[in-house]
Amino acid sequence: MSDSILRLPSADAPCVLAILDGRPAIVLDEWRSVADDEALPSPDEAPAVIVGPRRYAEARAAGLRVGLRVPGDAEPEGLLGDAHPELVAIEVPKFTDGRHYSLARLLREREGFTGELRAFGDVLPDQLFYMRRCGYTSFELKAGKSLATGLRTLQAFTVTYQGAVDEPRPLYRRRAF
Amino acid sequence: MYQYDAYDKAIVEQRAAQFRDQVARRLSGEISEDEFKPLRLQNGLYMQLHAYMLRVSIPYGLLASKQLRKLAEIAEKYDRGYGHFSTRQNIQYNWPRLHDVPTILDELASVEMHAIQSSGNCIRNTTSDHFAGVSRDELEDPRVYCELIRQWSTFHPEFAFLPRKFKIAVTGAPTADRAAVRVHDIGVRIIPDPEQSGATACQILVGGGLGRTPRIAEVCREALPREHLLSYLEAILRVYNRHGRRDNKYKARIKILVGALGIEEFRRQVDEEWEKIRDGVMRLTDEEFERVAVFFSSPDYERFTGKDGGPRTLADDDLRLAAWRLGPDRALGRWVASNVTPHRVPGYAIVTVSLKPKGKPPGDATSEQMELIADLADEFGFGRIVVTHDQNLVLPDVVLERLPEVHAKLSGLDLAEANVGKVTDIIACPGLDYCNLANARSIPVATRITEHMEDLDYLHDLGEISLNISGCINACGHHHVGNIGILGIDKQGEEFYQLMLGGSSSDDASLGKILGPAFPSSEIIDAVDTVLRTYIDERESADERFLDYVRRAGFGPFKARLYSNTDKAAR
Repeated sequence: MSDSILRLPSADAPCVLAILDGRPAIVLDEWRSVADDEALPSPDEAPAVIVGPRRYAEARAAGLRVGLRVPGDAEPEGLLGDAHPELVAIEVPKFTDGRHYSLARLLREREGFTGELRAFGDVLPDQLFYMRRCGYTSFELKAGKSLATGLRTLQAFTVTYQGAVDEPRPLYRRRAF
Repeated sequence: MYQYDAYDKAIVEQRAAQFRDQVARRLSGEISEDEFKPLRLQNGLYMQLHAYMLRVSIPYGLLASKQLRKLAEIAEKYDRGYGHFSTRQNIQYNWPRLHDVPTILDELASVEMHAIQSSGNCIRNTTSDHFAGVSRDELEDPRVYCELIRQWSTFHPEFAFLPRKFKIAVTGAPTADRAAVRVHDIGVRIIPDPEQSGATACQILVGGGLGRTPRIAEVCREALPREHLLSYLEAILRVYNRHGRRDNKYKARIKILVGALGIEEFRRQVDEEWEKIRDGVMRLTDEEFERVAVFFSSPDYERFTGKDGGPRTLADDDLRLAAWRLGPDRALGRWVASNVTPHRVPGYAIVTVSLKPKGKPPGDATSEQMELIADLADEFGFGRIVVTHDQNLVLPDVVLERLPEVHAKLSGLDLAEANVGKVTDIIACPGLDYCNLANARSIPVATRITEHMEDLDYLHDLGEISLNISGCINACGHHHVGNIGILGIDKQGEEFYQLMLGGSSSDDASLGKILGPAFPSSEIIDAVDTVLRTYIDERESADERFLDYVRRAGFGPFKARLYSNTDKAAR
């Protein structure tokens, strides 16, 4: 992914926000989301696809890089099974539904997922800071939302009180004074 | 009291900047109103019937005099010269303009205040005992716990979009709950540790609440060591965030989840989650506890001399208070009897400033009144003021011998109504005068009751009675837990009021029950009067409190007098 930020995106190229080396950036989206009833692209067409659980094995067998799409209210326990997806994309059905924050944290902290964790759906700039703290590393903003705003809101605060995925220790275990 | 350090300061300043950015994007149209709503709510900005309302957080109700002066100044500069103290120990401004709000937040940040999470589906301001640190019946200062909870819950990234709002209250007085912990989503009671003599532990209650489905909290954990407090709260919140209902906002509070699962199953799920995090980094360190506790250590109390030349004692204080109570100055005597509470330190007294004068909306204070109270706190106490959940203000450290001066100064601004804990010390929601959820007005009923109760000796003879009024079933006026509860309803466009009896929010928490058919607005005051006269006539003695009488005698005597007129009963 690191070379993709060097390419200048064209006006209509799909971009997402991502945390690269701990810093928020706007990057070209290298992943293509494939609906459950859509044919898989060839590796030449799209080398990296995001699919639902039922298409996961098929996409793997087709020699594609595979990301797994899950709903925001999925139960994290055993969700990944034996699959080792490069990316998990969590759907935020409505930004006011906060279940996906727990899901993201538990995938990171308990299920041991270390790949790219992406939010898509009703993803708005003003929730990105929380999402990042819960372990998300990329963000596909809702259509029409400003990436530039998202870049700014991802960095809304420089101080946090409680531990989360980005910094597991609460402030009282890391304060300087 | 708690002082911000560089971390706290950075957070509130960055919050003000963040909200300024959000408001600018709302005004430019980049954010829709639907998207903006949760953002403004989590900044305390609520849309009422006529205008925005801004609710400013007052963590566990504690204010420094300079903060109260700032609140007075904001009321003067950006509102209509008054503020309204709420049942969450916060203050509400009823008429701010949206474009002024970021500037108001900057002003608040300059005195270490904010409006963070004072509304919205998140963890709200943690409330506590308004006599924390000064009452004689306290086991341990609850504010240390509250501050730790405040920091843990502020911008908690996982719990910013809960199924519904979430309220936590803490009491450190195990036999005198003044924080209504049993009607909170989570109530924390600091209790003597059953396993270790001299130590304390936290009893965790869960699933209490009012609203449409009132419920008394149940014990989730009997005695939790304090080092585990935050991990245990996190476990409860995680179970709730994942499994609380989101399909119906009236069934989304944690009490519904606890009720549906049953307390045993809920506890099992919490314990299962807690086991995985309890011994991790969330464990509270003694250093952190001590660091926070220092902020709540006693002020530099003076040592006074007693009658015999030795150190003044609590017994000296009690005698002095009794002398005033029975003394020739009846105005002072009544005020000392109802508005002054003995302090744990000899030579000091706790003064409750009544914000319930005759004919005024309960909980309102003008800028001038706020400034006077701030001045009194500086002159006679240690510059501290506490907001109570029943919408009064407390001066926690008044030099006892100077009570007459304090009384005189408060009287000058209509702040010495001798009615704390009495039936005119009414909790009322804003009602239909302000709120777009309300079915009926609350404030005019409250003001009519206070005007009706003209005879102060009669008021005091009635003793301790709580009267709570809500303008709709959402119960912001806590009518279910008033000894007398009044609920406004709409009957074909006309305001009617249901009367409930028997509620309590204290250690003996109970929910009031409806007495009978509702009364039209024109008859509700007489109905309350009849209830009070029934009690006075029928009680065993003046020692039998109203609530105890209701519990002993039941509704029969009240119904007999209220509904004896047949055409009333037929309505």
